[in-house]
Amino acid sequence: MNLSSSKRHWIVLFWGLPMTLWGALFIIAPMALLLGYSFCERDALGQVIWSFTWENYQRVFDPVYLNVFIRSFLFACITTFVCLMVGYPAAYFIARLPKEVRNLYLLLVMIPFWTSFLIRTYAWITLLKSEGVLNAILGALPFSTSLDLLYTPMAVLIGLIYTFLPFMILPIYSCAEKLDLSLVEAGSDLGANPFWNFIHVILPLTWPGIGAGILFVFVPTFGMFAVVDLLGGSQTPLIGNVIQNQFLQARNWPFGSALGVILLVMFFALYAMTHDEEVDER
Amino acid sequence: MTLKNHFDPLKCWTWGVLLFLYFPIFVLIAYSFNDSKLNVVWKGFTFQWYHDLWRHEPLMQSARNSLWIASVTTFFSLILGVGSSWFFHRYRHPFQKGLKKMIMIPLALPEILLGIGLLVFFAAIQFPLGFTSVIIAHITFCLPFVILIVLARLSGMDPSIEEAALDLGATPLQAFFRVILPYLGPAVISSALITFTLSLDDFIVTYFTTGPQSQTLPIRIFGMTKVGLNPIINALSTIFILVTGLILIFIFWNKGTLNNRSDK
Repeated sequence: MNLSSSKRHWIVLFWGLPMTLWGALFIIAPMALLLGYSFCERDALGQVIWSFTWENYQRVFDPVYLNVFIRSFLFACITTFVCLMVGYPAAYFIARLPKEVRNLYLLLVMIPFWTSFLIRTYAWITLLKSEGVLNAILGALPFSTSLDLLYTPMAVLIGLIYTFLPFMILPIYSCAEKLDLSLVEAGSDLGANPFWNFIHVILPLTWPGIGAGILFVFVPTFGMFAVVDLLGGSQTPLIGNVIQNQFLQARNWPFGSALGVILLVMFFALYAMTHDEEVDER
Repeated sequence: MTLKNHFDPLKCWTWGVLLFLYFPIFVLIAYSFNDSKLNVVWKGFTFQWYHDLWRHEPLMQSARNSLWIASVTTFFSLILGVGSSWFFHRYRHPFQKGLKKMIMIPLALPEILLGIGLLVFFAAIQFPLGFTSVIIAHITFCLPFVILIVLARLSGMDPSIEEAALDLGATPLQAFFRVILPYLGPAVISSALITFTLSLDDFIVTYFTTGPQSQTLPIRIFGMTKVGLNPIINALSTIFILVTGLILIFIFWNKGTLNNRSDK
């Protein structure tokens, strides 16, 4: 390049500066404000008063909120685990199909993936309510039973699993698609039965896809409030519901910010950990 | 495919998964044509809910809002996203890695955190919540997607095409607009479609950053759903699913023809 260095400097600024400003204003500043507000107090009208207090963080250890945290963690873990168990075999199967059919299956997984989760949650209300489709089917069976599922924790779990299942299938699929079949064949040629072949060959090779899938499911599940609102009523609030409530109804922004900051720190820690693992593998 | 004629448990499992994914959607679509307001028993076929939807002014207003927000978001996300991808790909800067991590943050966090963060931020600078705040929020979470897609395309580019343009006397900006940008065409189209869909579908971030005048469709649907089932929502959802499906088929078809072209 025969550009003078000052000219080059301007070009780097031209391409880099807008994005830097955008990130600083709309990503970093909001996060910093949340951190700042989490140490503030609020007056009787819900206005934030600048001060320094640990009170908001102490309140998190109130058994009520601690329980919500534990429940959110539990729900996120169950959802992630079920999605992995259900999604992995399907993702692997699709990845091994011949190319023309594979794209068709992939399209079938992608349509729900790109359809608003609100719409898909709404569909479950029709199915689960006591005079709904599921009970109509169950009632038609010889041992007619009925289930009252809507507005129970079970309904929330079904909704979460349903919402996030495609988020597990797609990353595992894209990893399994690149899998070198000759390695699997080598495994069985060397005498491994299908089970050990899976444990020693296929599983390690698809590990990055599994990791990505777990993140894609676990992260959004943890902050989800809408599915819980619609399918769980107000019986089993998760941490997302509490945060939503603190910001929009209770108008206790400092406490809401403290809850948000705890989530923020948790996820940064999670990424720091997974990143280290990647480095170790190399 | 030696297992073709055998019973294949994996295949059955996959069909089961697809059934689980599609059964609720089919029921939802079926009830959008049901001649009963209750979504319970099948009374007969009707187009009435589509007709009512067309006349439901609040929903139509939200639909116009959603389309407007998604269009503006797409436009600015592309400008900002393509520019920053070129910065990440072409130039070296001491803070580049950190900057890339920063702009990717929205991908890695639960959406609710971006939502409350921006709500607090707009309140602090006394920026009124409305179209602009929603569009800013949408651009912020769409940018990482644009950058990922455009960077993927750039990584396959032969650097000599830019060098050739520069050797022939183009300034770096001319080289970018005349040579690089046309090369990025397919990536720009897919990022535009993805950004548009993301913006149209978004609920959580919008929920925290919208004002009373700028209600989008998902916000309105959420409000109506909390009250109870309504076949008009079924009709609307059916249209949404159809549009999503068509956009995806278009992307797949587009990718297919592009792949074929590069094969020849």
